[in-house]
Amino acid sequence: MTQQVLSGNHAQSEAVRLARVQVISAYPITPQTSIVEGIADFVAQGRLDAQFVKVESEHSALQVCVSAAALGARTYTATSSQGLLLMHELLHWASGMRAPIVMGVVNRAVAPPWNAGADHTDTVAQRDTGWIQLYAETNQEVLDLVLEAYRLSEDPAVRLPTMVTEDAFYLSHTVEPVDVPTVEEVDAFLPPRVGHAILVPERASRLGSFTGPEDYVRFRQDEALAMDRVRPTFASIESDFARRFGRGPGGAVEAYRLDDATSVLVTLGTATTTARSIVDELRREGRPVGLLKIRLLRPFPDHEVREALSEVDRVGVLDRSWTFGMAGAVATEVRAALYPATHHPPVTSFVAGVGGRDITPALVHRMFDRLDRKITPDPIWMDLEPAEVKVDG
Amino acid sequence: MAKLTIPAQEWVRSGHSACPGCAPALAVRLLLKGLGPRTLVSMPACCWTVIATPYPTTALGVAMLDNPIESTGASISGLRAAADALGLTDVNVVGIAGDGGTADIGLQAMSGMLERRTDAIYVMYDNEAYMNTGIQRSGATPWHAWTTTTPVGPAARGKAEPKKEIMPIVLAHHPVYAATVNPSFPEDFLAKVEKARDLHGPRFFHALTACPPGWKYDSAETIEIGSLATETGLFPLYEVVDERLRITRRYSRLKPVREYLDRQGRFRHLTEEEIDRVQATVTANWEDLLRREAAPPAPVATVALPRPTIAPPA
Repeated sequence: MTQQVLSGNHAQSEAVRLARVQVISAYPITPQTSIVEGIADFVAQGRLDAQFVKVESEHSALQVCVSAAALGARTYTATSSQGLLLMHELLHWASGMRAPIVMGVVNRAVAPPWNAGADHTDTVAQRDTGWIQLYAETNQEVLDLVLEAYRLSEDPAVRLPTMVTEDAFYLSHTVEPVDVPTVEEVDAFLPPRVGHAILVPERASRLGSFTGPEDYVRFRQDEALAMDRVRPTFASIESDFARRFGRGPGGAVEAYRLDDATSVLVTLGTATTTARSIVDELRREGRPVGLLKIRLLRPFPDHEVREALSEVDRVGVLDRSWTFGMAGAVATEVRAALYPATHHPPVTSFVAGVGGRDITPALVHRMFDRLDRKITPDPIWMDLEPAEVKVDG
Repeated sequence: MAKLTIPAQEWVRSGHSACPGCAPALAVRLLLKGLGPRTLVSMPACCWTVIATPYPTTALGVAMLDNPIESTGASISGLRAAADALGLTDVNVVGIAGDGGTADIGLQAMSGMLERRTDAIYVMYDNEAYMNTGIQRSGATPWHAWTTTTPVGPAARGKAEPKKEIMPIVLAHHPVYAATVNPSFPEDFLAKVEKARDLHGPRFFHALTACPPGWKYDSAETIEIGSLATETGLFPLYEVVDERLRITRRYSRLKPVREYLDRQGRFRHLTEEEIDRVQATVTANWEDLLRREAAPPAPVATVALPRPTIAPPA
């Protein structure tokens, strides 16, 4: 284990090298590019023995991974925003073919208008494609989650693809000290992939095919049951990771100062770091506030959310994405998770940090103030709260 | 007695579900006879999705992967990358797609596969419309042909635009091998497949494959109609190796194109004047092909480039 100063993007590249990925395919998009540049360099330097297929679109990038994974290779791709949206059709193919692809996604705003800032709309819009989704808060988490993602995706109980996401620029282009394990340490944690035996040369076999409703529903249910096995499998992989590397387990959710908390904010990604500092500040003032960070958004950790939040009085959910017609996407899921609990606290939906707006300590402070002052069913666009409009105007 | 040059071994099984007289079924049958069992096939949504029969059966004696309609080129790049990574370097990787899945929605991925010089074979079986969905026009539908989306009526004469030509597009990528094939000429078909099989790099086949329900003729006439396409000069058989074009079925006198058009319901509405215009185009294309065959090949640096190999890690 050595400590290196890495951007989130180079943490992805390092993890790909350490995982001995065999086939990589990607198409460039800001701010993902330095991930694949880093990988291209590893391959060029002979530090990673892999086929890097440079393609003419993200759609083809994911198709290369799907087909390579079908034959048994360990595969990786990375994208962002529009690229992920273009992949949408192939996202279903990947999960439907039970291809254990790992994809780095740099969360970036969706056009129009063009905007390269941090925003979770790209991945949040892909929640229902059968992919596991893990959200990183730090560059260390990026590296660790990519390694864990291969174990998880390739586990025979799961066999589903995983996205490991990182916020544009806040992680992708910001450097932090990262503990980087050796290849040998990772080899012991992550053995070579064992391919399935459907697509085999010289065997009359077909992967994909077509079916009537009788068999089709069985394939879909198999996939759903595999998704149900993600949480226990992830927990045991994280325990093994913690034992070997001394970090974690980070969990599907991470509770922070929830003991006797009455108001709790739920976050994803880098906003968590800011929110944690505000929780500390408010706690020093004697206010019983807490934080729940969601790392695993798909499958949604509803049991963990219920266990963490069903005793508190008020919950706020910070969505760094926009959805139409109802509250924020994560807020909606938190509400749904809490509904079966005996006591379900009101959940306020905060939309903030959209299109790369900074989620400042002051903004998080105002969310807690707002949470304690008034309960509202409608989403609150914190970026455009009157106080801030006055400052800007 | 003539020597039988077509391998007897079948890789398309008799239980397939193609229509009677289906030339795409014949094309894949001949293709796999030439490639043999160490072949990985990737196919998009097309007639062959159905011909290969539903889960849990398969009509192919080789391994087959399904891919979405527009990404066959990328799929075979992925199969080749994985085969190389896993040490399966001796397998044939082949993409088989229809004219819509190649010349229309799949054009980008096919171009990408050729440009990155994937060591694989791409076969476009051209039945000149979206037949599996019920005979809708594609870019490869010929001028004036009736389809369900190019009907014939007082204000319409079938497809108003000429056929999109795939071969010039393919040749612009300088593949190591490209050829037209026609299941009505099985010896020519097999000789080309066997030649392509032993080359490395991007290889392409354009197969004209007649379709009885889509072209509106009796299913017993598939071989004859396919023959007429070549004998009239409408679909000449040739190959391009190292930029040099060679015609593989040569005719001192072409049959009138009318003989081909008259046999198909999709062209039944054509007037004398329209047939003359088709004839003029076919004649001009054939003469152009003869000129290209006689001309020296253009020197292109990419042709001679060897396949890159990955150095072992330091």
